[in-house]
This record gives sequence, structure tokens and C-alpha cells, in this order.
Amino acid sequence: MAEAVESPGDPETTTSRPLMRDLKAVGKKFMHVLYPRKSNTLLRDWDLWGPLILCVTLALMLQRGSVDSEKDGGPQFAEVFVIVWFGAVTITLNSKLLGGNISFFQSLCVLGYCILPLTMAMLVCRLVLLAEPGPINFMVRLFVVIIMFAWSIVASTAFLADSQPPNRKALAVYPVFLFYFVISWMILTFTPQ
Amino acid sequence: MAAADELAFHEFEEATNLLAQTPNETTTRSDQLSPKGHVAVAMDSGGSYGAEDEVEESDKTMLLQEEKQQPGFWTFGYYQSFFDVDTSQVLDRIKGSLLPRPGHSFVRHQLRNRPDLYGPFWICATLAFVLAITGNLTLLLAQRRDPSIHYSPQFHKVTVASVTIYCYAWLVPLALWGFLRWRKGVRERMGLYTFLETVCVYGYSLFVFIPTVVLWLVPVPWLQWLSGALALALSAAGLVFTLWPVVREDSRLAAGVLLSVVVLLHALLAMGCKFYFFQPLPPEPMASPHQATPPPPATMLPPTLPRSVAA
Repeated sequence: MAEAVESPGDPETTTSRPLMRDLKAVGKKFMHVLYPRKSNTLLRDWDLWGPLILCVTLALMLQRGSVDSEKDGGPQFAEVFVIVWFGAVTITLNSKLLGGNISFFQSLCVLGYCILPLTMAMLVCRLVLLAEPGPINFMVRLFVVIIMFAWSIVASTAFLADSQPPNRKALAVYPVFLFYFVISWMILTFTPQ
Repeated sequence: MAAADELAFHEFEEATNLLAQTPNETTTRSDQLSPKGHVAVAMDSGGSYGAEDEVEESDKTMLLQEEKQQPGFWTFGYYQSFFDVDTSQVLDRIKGSLLPRPGHSFVRHQLRNRPDLYGPFWICATLAFVLAITGNLTLLLAQRRDPSIHYSPQFHKVTVASVTIYCYAWLVPLALWGFLRWRKGVRERMGLYTFLETVCVYGYSLFVFIPTVVLWLVPVPWLQWLSGALALALSAAGLVFTLWPVVREDSRLAAGVLLSVVVLLHALLAMGCKFYFFQPLPPEPMASPHQATPPPPATMLPPTLPRSVAA
């Protein structure tokens, strides 16, 4: 394609075209998560950039600002990172051990991309928390988080459910539910200092 | 009905020799899968091993566990054999752990020589997260009632909960299995459970605590103690009924001590969780840490306080 025509010494074309291509691929997968259909794009062209971007964004937003009381606060950056990646790896191992025919990285890719609705919920929650606190504040955040949690589950199940034998689908989907539930809980209980 | 068929099937290979040598061993009620190929579990009264494919599966499992060296522990297939369960089987095992019956050993009636690791692992994970989350929710609800209590997400409790539950559910069965093996060396008539079966029993017995912990959200003390005691009774009863056929052959003292230690450890776990994650909050507002720092202006106060600043 365009790579063959690049002049060798030109830094703009040797780095920006593959970068734009990758960014477009990530963006396309985001759209697939937001409008989940049964398609193979996420599975076929897996990449882990999207999950990394989402995980870092989520961890940065969830990190508590000041360290006034280290023991009592919300999760640290590293804790969120560990929960997301360790959780995704555990779920992937679980579904492979149950006999699913999805590859390791494809499953990580799907689980990571389906955090996108919850990251959007985190953004909304942070904006809502700037307003006046109170029960309405809490109800709005609760509503948004519940909707996004359901969206994440639907999106990931649409991609993952077909890879399991039919009498074990529930066994493979339950850990996904637990994973997104824990992340939703972390988002909901976020209190800015 | 099928007892005669199963005897005929079992007398196929090694059981013939076994029956010839030690006729009493067939009445032992253990799922011992030693290299002697002792598969006379069909002798159990009221055994529902009617189907032949169950027998074949137990043979297959026996082979898998005998030839443990061939699919080595470094291969993926070795671990896949521990996740060879269906949704309905896991649900049945959970139901069996919720309703223990005397004389029905969990290992015999639910596991049937096919222990799985799915149940113990995910039940422990669920219990750890539910403990941390409901403990935090209790603090949130208390803060609603008494605004001077400082609410914080307390994320470190997740770590504490998961380490505690996983250590309990894996180290205690290890110790128990080791102890039983040692006693078996002393008294050969005792039965034995494999390590995985012990882990399975403990893992599924922890399931009853999940709804109990959710019930502990209700701030009524007598209800909390009642539900805790009920859960502990069910769970410990399941453990005792499962272990009883194995330790029955041992001396009274050893059996009694073992069973009491098992129940005591279980009770310690339940009470430890109750006290650590659901700390009873003091009725008066706490004095020290909130007077040193200026009180946070808006976030902690309930909206019903009149704001004199507002026009």
C-alpha cells in the first residue's frame, strides 16, 4: 500500500502511516464494542493496544489524589492495573480450561475492549461528582454505572459465548460477570478527596 | 439392579485379584484410587451408580490419576481434566453442599471421583469480593445514618479478604489431607480422600457463606448472629458428614479431635470475617482523626442540613 512509496529518510511517513493505521484499527474495534453485533473483527484482528489505553485511562481516573490515609482509600493505580489484567488472564485461562476454542490473546483482547463502556461511565461519574453531592448525585451515578455494566456484559458475551460448548456457557460467563461487577463497584465507590 | 453388572464389570482386571486377596476391602467406603485399581465403590448401599458410562468415567479418571506422570503437570491437558464439569453438575454440587444429610458424603454422592477445581476457585473468589463489598456497603449505610462517620472505599480489604479465603480453602485441606495420610499409614483400614477431593469439599462448603454475608448487611444484630450460626452449622455439618466415613475407622480420640478441629477452624473463619469486615460502629461520633483536619465541606454532609449561605 502506502508503505512502498515512502521515502526512506522521511520521519513523517515512516512513523505516521502505521500509527494512523493502528489507531484506525483500535477505533474500529471501539465501534464494534459500542454496537455489538456478531462479527469476527474483534476476534480475528486482535490487538492489545485498545485494552492498554483503556486500562491506563481507567486506572488514572480511579487513582486517589492525595495520600492522606493510605490504608483507607480507593485502589491505587497498580491495584487497578493488576485487577484488570490479572482478572482478564484468569478468565481467559478459565474459559480455555473449560474447553473453549478461543485463543489466549483473542480473549484478552475482547475482555479488554469491553471495558470501554465502564471507562465512559467513569468519565461521566467524574463529571457528575463535580456537581452538588447528594442522593440525586448518587442515583445518577448508580444508574449510569448499571447501564454501562450491562452493556459491557452484553458486548463481551456476544463475542465470547460462541466459543464455549453449550452446556458450559454459564460457567464461562459467570467470571466475566464477576469481573465487570468488581470494576463497576470500584467506579461507583470512587470518592474524590 | 445393576449391582451384579457392575460386579461383573469390575472383576474385569485388577479387582479380581483384589477380591481374591482381601475380601474385606470391598466393603471399605472409600474412593481410594491406589494403583491396585480399587473401584469397588459400587458396594455402597443405595449407590446410584446405575449407568455404565459413569463406571467408565470413573475408570477413565482412575487411569488419569494413576498415569499422572504421562500427561505431566506441565501440560495443559492435565489441568483441563480438573475443569471437566458442566453447568448442571456445578449447580448440583452447590445444592448438595447446601443441604448436607447424615450418611451422605459429599465426595461420594456429589463428586463421584470427579473433583473439579472450578467450584472451589470461583466460590472463593466470589466470597472474597462479596465480603469486601458488603463490608464496605455496611460502612456506607452507617454513614447515611450517622454523618460523622468517615466513608472510604477501603480497597485494602479486598486483598485481605482474598488472601484469607484462599489460604483457608487451600492450606487447611492440605493439612487435613496430610494428616489423614499419616493416620492411614498408622491404621490401614482408614479410607482416604485425594487432595483435590478435600479441596473440593472445603470449597463447596464455603458457598453457604455467600448469601449469609449478603444478609449481614441488615443491621439487626440477632438476625446477623442467627444467620451466621445457621450458615456455620450447615457448612460444618457438610464437612463432618463427609469426613466421618473416613475417620470412623480411627480411634475415637483421634476422630473426635480431628472433627472438632475442623469445626473450630470453620467457626474461627466465620467469626473472624464477621468481626473484621463488619466492624460494629461506635454509636457516638468518633473523636480523633476528624478534628485534626478541617472538616470536608460538602461531600460528607447530608443534603438535608440547612445551608444558611443559600439565599
